Amino acid sequence: MRLALEGSQALARAVALCRPQVVAAYPITPQTHIVENIAKLVADGRLDCDFVSVESEHSAASVALGAACAGSRAYTASSSQGILLMSEVLFDISGLRVPVVMTCANRAVSGPLSIWNDHQDAMALRDSGWIQLYCADNQEAIDTTVQAFRIAESLELPVMVCVDGFALTHTLEGLTLPSQEQVDAFLPAYAFSRGLDSSQPISIGTLVSPDHFTEVRASHHNALLEALVEIPAVDALWQQMSGRGCGGLVEVRGDPEARVGILTLGSVLGTLEDAMDEYPDAPRARLIKLRAFRPFPVEALRQACAGLEALIVFERAFSPGGGGIVAAEVQAALYGHAMPRVLSYAAGLGGRDIGLDAYPRLMQALEAGGEGFRFFDLKPDALPEGGF
Amino acid sequence: MLEIRIHGRGGQGNVMAAYLLASAAIDEGREAQAFPAFGAERRGAPVTAFVRIADRPIRRRCQVLEPHFLIVQDPALLHVPGVTAGLKPGGAILSDGAPEPGFEAQLGCPVVRLPATRLAVEHLGRPVPNTALMAAFLTLTGILPVEALIRALGPRFKGDVLARNERLIEAAAGQVEAGLWQEAVNAARA
Amino acid sequence: MVKGNVASATQRPPLPQAGEPPSGDKGGGEGKDRATAPSVGVTIPIAELRASQPRFQGLTAGHRACLGCGEALAARLVTEAAGPDVAVANATGCLEVFTTPYPESSWRLPWLHSVFGNAGAIAAGMEAAYKQQGRTTKVIAMAGDGGTFDIGFQALSGMLERGHNVLFVCYDNEAYMNTGVQRSGSTPHAATTTTSPAGAARMGKRHMKKDIVNIIASHRIPYAATASVAYVSDLRRKVRHALEVEGPSFLHIHAPCPLGWGHEGSATIEVARLAVQTGLFPLLELERGELTAVMPIRKPRPVRDYLALQNRFRHLFGPDPRAQVELEHLQALADHNIEAYGLLGEGEDAQDSEGADTVQRGGVRWA
Repeated sequence: MRLALEGSQALARAVALCRPQVVAAYPITPQTHIVENIAKLVADGRLDCDFVSVESEHSAASVALGAACAGSRAYTASSSQGILLMSEVLFDISGLRVPVVMTCANRAVSGPLSIWNDHQDAMALRDSGWIQLYCADNQEAIDTTVQAFRIAESLELPVMVCVDGFALTHTLEGLTLPSQEQVDAFLPAYAFSRGLDSSQPISIGTLVSPDHFTEVRASHHNALLEALVEIPAVDALWQQMSGRGCGGLVEVRGDPEARVGILTLGSVLGTLEDAMDEYPDAPRARLIKLRAFRPFPVEALRQACAGLEALIVFERAFSPGGGGIVAAEVQAALYGHAMPRVLSYAAGLGGRDIGLDAYPRLMQALEAGGEGFRFFDLKPDALPEGGF
Repeated sequence: MLEIRIHGRGGQGNVMAAYLLASAAIDEGREAQAFPAFGAERRGAPVTAFVRIADRPIRRRCQVLEPHFLIVQDPALLHVPGVTAGLKPGGAILSDGAPEPGFEAQLGCPVVRLPATRLAVEHLGRPVPNTALMAAFLTLTGILPVEALIRALGPRFKGDVLARNERLIEAAAGQVEAGLWQEAVNAARA
Repeated sequence: MVKGNVASATQRPPLPQAGEPPSGDKGGGEGKDRATAPSVGVTIPIAELRASQPRFQGLTAGHRACLGCGEALAARLVTEAAGPDVAVANATGCLEVFTTPYPESSWRLPWLHSVFGNAGAIAAGMEAAYKQQGRTTKVIAMAGDGGTFDIGFQALSGMLERGHNVLFVCYDNEAYMNTGVQRSGSTPHAATTTTSPAGAARMGKRHMKKDIVNIIASHRIPYAATASVAYVSDLRRKVRHALEVEGPSFLHIHAPCPLGWGHEGSATIEVARLAVQTGLFPLLELERGELTAVMPIRKPRPVRDYLALQNRFRHLFGPDPRAQVELEHLQALADHNIEAYGLLGEGEDAQDSEGADTVQRGGVRWA
């Protein structure tokens, strides 16, 4: 049944359906509505869970880590500065191979202060060893959240579900929640093979010398590569059980036959899809939705990009002094495989609206030739004299 | 697809108004989307929210820059530059407050006034114009039955408060001409 | 699915050999001990473990602590007193490093080390999970002074404020010993460390030692206490009481570091005892923020006796005219403690700082 739900409210209910036993969170815009709604479900007796309202995001991640190791399904959510404050613990959670699920309500990172959406927060955690799944809409956010627990627990890897702050978290729309029976049938009860049990004591998080560290890291890497199989498999299973899939690792939309493509992460995809209908005279494009950013789906990307002459990588973050983050990885993945010309755009930074007209503008930019990195919708007049 | 922009001030239930309208549409089997112009505004600051209602899935996530209709919760905002910007030709404005014929003539589009705050104070004891304006908007456009709005309030209010909201909705709906903006709606859908 | 090779050691060092009982308790049960001791993959009921072992050892021999390490001794005493139904959250520091050189571990308790500043929050998460599962396992957070006074303070304060049923133990050796003796919020005034060296322009640390036990007690938690490795049965009693209390408790244990303090490894107990007997480290118990008990000092020793044993205070005994001022300053701090906490006992007391834990002097072992 479709319900009129705000994205955050739907996410909270999706999390509750997964029966977390410990939820730890510290408030930050735009994550707040998610955890407020979970707190309300607990307060109303609709979710049997210890909601630990901690004193910082560092502690939110730590409580989740401690709880998951002590044998309880654990969840947290954050954004922006919160993600960065957590980062030390996030590396630890993944390095110790502990299955925690978190929602990143994506937001720009200070300074200067911006509370609005972009992907700089999650991208900064690119190398943290977490699985990162980006959601194109709120329905995907619901379904990916349920899938995330299963992926995390089967691989003993943490999963970050990236949901565009405001654009998704604060948007009310018609959404379908799975039934409790569906989720229960899909998601086995939480079990952590290395749990902290006083009748079988083990030590987790020991000091690892150079003799072993490379192997620890390699096994973590291998587990992430295994996720390249697990993520689409879990998505397919969920599709079978719920009727809704999220596109596995990479999904091709728009015109699959087009020779030019636009690759995106997150919710801007829908705007471009609508724009293709609104601008029927603009050239057709293959829209490539990158759902899994970590692990990076090299093979799936090569297939999705096969036959492209030109590709725009349209991302909501960049590496200052470098350029597009995803663009660089896409180019590396396609190198030697019928490499298209790549235009790399940082777009929608700090919540700048990306309108329907972005689509024809991007198509024009492709026709104009050129490659490399640029800012979308930059106002040159607003730059300081000299440009910097 | 019908696009609506709602202007008000923090504390007036601006986002709630947008959510109510979209919820009512979704409950009626339509596609709808509502979201605030995301900001960090405190009480009293001008705020904006957007609603889209359509018959097929709405995929876009951009703000509504060229709405078919404006709903203005604080009449003073009508005088603020930018508030009426982008209103589509043939569009119309529904605003709280008393008519200002001279000023409205300059706006170059139909304006309907409803004493929404006064009605809310009368029925609810609180100066929240949103529900009355939504009721009037549905009556003017005919896009959804007014009952859908009452049903959308169901999950939010109970008992006496819900009953008073129902009476407010009936009173507000009775103060505007049913179907007055039907043509504008048809034009938007075409 | 790929697993294994993760940084969690399930192997343990060999059990103590016959003739080396795991604690000071002599007599029967050693053979039985070995036969039923935990091995990987075998579940042993807690009650059986308890019955089969003369004294439960949560932290066994074979770790890599320095000679005379006060923290290693304190951790052994805490885990012995706490018993087997305990899980440990350990902050980064010496204790974590010297007990768990992968793939070995000295811990016979479930043990989790995350990072430096989050022991309070890790413990809170473990406690929340156990509570949610209806398990009785008690959670103990362990941290050094850095992980308590400084980087771990916020997580600790939050854990206390939320009322988690956790015992937080601070092993206080008064500097960042793991990284090479840098000053912390716990380093005493005038002590030399590598980041508060004494020199022509400085007499060691310029600032005061943070009064952590009162700060913690001000959270109005059920129980906060100080203890010292020099007073073993007092320490054990406080651990047991802290674990019996429902809600957060805090134990601040003074634990000398021969390396960082500059004394012989064999002098650890003497140094720790002098800290108490001078009044510089008073042994206190506070319930809901109110002082409820102190260990009396029969005859206070001058702070010089304590300071002179440690190289970190050597500059206070040199020709520099400021040394005398600092010595007087430190004596005043000790005098203030004695006055403020009413540490002076009246007459001989088997449980005062001369008598407690010293059987030959007439003290009583209670634990």
